[in-house]
Amino acid sequence: MKRLYELTVKEALELLESKEITARELVQSCLDRIEEMEPTIHAFLLIIKEEALKAADQIDMKRTKGEPLGKLAGIPYSLKDVYSTKGYTTTAGSKMLEGYIAPYNATVVEKLAKEDAILIGKTNCDPFGFGSSTENSAYGVTRNPLDTDRVPGGSSGGSGAAVAYGGGLFSIGEDTGGSIRCPAAFCGIVGLKPTYGRVSRYGSIAYASSYDTVGPMTKDIYDNALILSVIAGKDTRDATTSAEKVKPYHQALDLSLKGRKVGVVKEYLGDGVDEEVKKAINQAIEVYKSLGCEIVEVSLPYTEYAIAAYYVIGISEASSNLARMDGIRFGHEANVDDWKDKIIKTRGEGFGPEEKRRVMVGTYALSTGYADKYYHKAQQVRAILKDDILKAFKKVDILLTPTMPVLPPKIGENTDDPLKMWLMDAFTVTINPVGVPALALPAGNTKDGLSVGMQLIGPHFKEDTLYNFAYLYEKSIKDTLN
Amino acid sequence: MSDSYEIVIGLEVHVQSRTKSKMFCSCDANYFNTPPNTHVCPVCFGLPGALPVPNKRAVELCIKTALALNCSINQETKFDRKNYFYPDLPKGFQISQYDQPIGYSGYTNIETKEGVKRIGVTRVHQEEDTGKSIHNNGETLLDFNKSGVPLIEIVSEPDFRSKEEVTAYCKRLRQIVRYLGVSNADMERGEMRFELNMSLRKKGDQELPKYKVEVKNIASISVLEKVIEHELKRQYEILENGQTPKQETRGLIDMTGETVSQRSKENEADYRYFPEPDIPLIKLSQEMIDEIKNTIPELPQEKKDRYIKEYGIEKDTAEAIINDVDTFLEFESITANVNSQLVSEVSKWFVGDYFSLVNSNKRSKEFKSEWLTELVDMVIQKKITRSNAKEILEESFDTGEYIGNIIKTKGLEMVSDTSVLETVVNRIFTSNLKAVEDARRNPNAAMFLVGQAMRELKGQADAQTVKNMIFDKLKQ
Repeated sequence: MKRLYELTVKEALELLESKEITARELVQSCLDRIEEMEPTIHAFLLIIKEEALKAADQIDMKRTKGEPLGKLAGIPYSLKDVYSTKGYTTTAGSKMLEGYIAPYNATVVEKLAKEDAILIGKTNCDPFGFGSSTENSAYGVTRNPLDTDRVPGGSSGGSGAAVAYGGGLFSIGEDTGGSIRCPAAFCGIVGLKPTYGRVSRYGSIAYASSYDTVGPMTKDIYDNALILSVIAGKDTRDATTSAEKVKPYHQALDLSLKGRKVGVVKEYLGDGVDEEVKKAINQAIEVYKSLGCEIVEVSLPYTEYAIAAYYVIGISEASSNLARMDGIRFGHEANVDDWKDKIIKTRGEGFGPEEKRRVMVGTYALSTGYADKYYHKAQQVRAILKDDILKAFKKVDILLTPTMPVLPPKIGENTDDPLKMWLMDAFTVTINPVGVPALALPAGNTKDGLSVGMQLIGPHFKEDTLYNFAYLYEKSIKDTLN
Repeated sequence: MSDSYEIVIGLEVHVQSRTKSKMFCSCDANYFNTPPNTHVCPVCFGLPGALPVPNKRAVELCIKTALALNCSINQETKFDRKNYFYPDLPKGFQISQYDQPIGYSGYTNIETKEGVKRIGVTRVHQEEDTGKSIHNNGETLLDFNKSGVPLIEIVSEPDFRSKEEVTAYCKRLRQIVRYLGVSNADMERGEMRFELNMSLRKKGDQELPKYKVEVKNIASISVLEKVIEHELKRQYEILENGQTPKQETRGLIDMTGETVSQRSKENEADYRYFPEPDIPLIKLSQEMIDEIKNTIPELPQEKKDRYIKEYGIEKDTAEAIINDVDTFLEFESITANVNSQLVSEVSKWFVGDYFSLVNSNKRSKEFKSEWLTELVDMVIQKKITRSNAKEILEESFDTGEYIGNIIKTKGLEMVSDTSVLETVVNRIFTSNLKAVEDARRNPNAAMFLVGQAMRELKGQADAQTVKNMIFDKLKQ
């Protein structure tokens, strides 16, 4: 019998509904696990104990009385610390927002609360999502539960680690260029970057507004699909959300894949891709063949330019998004009298090196005389890239790529080389400028017990297709993984 | 000032549109006289994670304004971020419009002593207002109630050649937005503000000068006029010394119109415009644009022209009536369904005696302005005299007594019965034989008889009729 924190959401819901376990027991199990693991892993920036247990008791009481309960009643979860939570701190992993308590809840928080999920903590991340290792966090690095010498990925590294070790049954991450998928790959869990506009961003502290997406990080595909069906949908407070119908994503997972086409991107299996990663992807290709899929080689020749375009637009938007951090209304405030000096010093002290780097380069890229060379050129590349990927979907149902070209680096390995860190995201950053959904899931394990992630990319709003392909893959390799 | 230079001015006018909620959130947009920071939410307070959602009504009002200024409408319009720093700009950028404004390439006609002139409107776009900084004893306090209130920016071509043209244009714009119901444009409340771009060139030059001076945050037309006078003198003196004024932004020192250099060209703000990623492209259908077009009422110039043409109202009188919405609405309501001669006659009374009563006397609640039309009609019908009518109007205005009652009580109705008039005239002739003799020789002396008759009639008769009667009788 699994320990309670090891359960998937689906398993836990069944046990809760059959009253074999209580929400209090489940929440307590996760809190105990957090207490056990945190000294080593440091996935959480805030742990919510009393309120979580109180919420669990209320749900147990309602269940005893037979009162109606939400779809996720009693399920403990964590939030990346970029989501505004009324009454709890929201730091975005930056010193700039140390102690900041938002006076409102993000839409995703409201939606989960409405379904009676229980928030047990907020997780560590690179500041404002700036990073792929969680090493940039102002509050210390998070370690990878699979190998504590290694990074958990980022920027939603705390969420990845928490889900991997059982600190809550799922987490809500945020993905601007791989921030959900990278930690999912490094921590051996499932993470979805949904279609842009599928899930409301209201209350999510922005990195790059035209890339940012809100998505679930879970132990398996079913859970991921279930959580998406709860958090997706049009929001009147986010003008970029789509009215596209929300499907019951968890209910059509095992449709036959016979005759479906899987595109394999040749540029994504070339030089610079770790041999163990290649091996796992090739194994995945074999699995899809055995499921009756046709494998089609696809070329995305513009990937080379995609990374540059991604960063130019992303940090341009970020430089503007971070302009509101002035210490006047909230957040860190330098102890200086003159207001101009105060604001300068506030930013100097509050922003870490990665925030400063991105704000400065982004400001430059938008400046008169440079905007045409950088920002506008990057937007042209973005249009070509979009065209490139959408063309591929005329030939195939999904694209299959490694999530990350490498295995999780050792802590400190890349911190002196920001460019190398930026290049590590090559396969994930190409997706956000296009807006299509991408699902990261474990492809297989290395001989050292690390996980290799694979990424399934689908057309806009085809999350159901991704889940279908991923679920059947997960089912096929379940035995080999356990 | 020498006649050898001419002014070149372009204007940016900001108008706060009258909407219930703010531009990008649902906060109450009516911030005037509200306690500081009570009309705020995560969006207009610029909190992390908050997102702007455009106000449909505000966009419609902007389209309406653009159409009224004869603009073309961008059927694909978008918002952009204008990045700059100021403590009362909570997000560190203002959401505005850059390269796809709602309206572009329009014009409006203005009228000055020189005649009618067309002023080009470069663009009409939608943006949001900032918060308010209150500087007090070396401290700065911030109030964000105004933050996010919808603003329409109307940018003109550099078409103005005199202060008078600028004034006429500003007044015309104020009239138009009021007619449209887009804004009250109350300058006291900061609902209409101006930015001046001004330079001088040698008369006869066709090209725009190589420099321009920008003056921001001008809160009223009268200050704007003073700034123009001040700048004219300042720039003229520089040019006369053989130099070119610096291209720069100047700020007002106080309300005298004097300005001081704030920013020169070299350190001009770089706004780093880029498309607002939080708001998708807005597509405006032709159908929607047409619908809005249909809601545009008769505008000031058209109304004035119609008053003159249709009713024969005097130009200045027409101008006075169309000046503001309440005035023309009152005028049109009291002259509905009456003939054009009466409309024209009422217009004179309306801007004359009635206006001065409104300005100087206390109006009784019972007084109804349509009585003015009745009164004027009676004057035309010669039922009362003009001078009595003035007194009746004043009394009615003060007391609220119906004009008919006043006429009756005071017996002011004119004698128009010919037999009564003949009786009186006959009596005057018999009792003033000497005067009649004189008048037969010298027609000027006849006026004495007219006066006698009018006195007998207590003035309640048409003097012309009495005069004619007396002259006819003298010829007999």
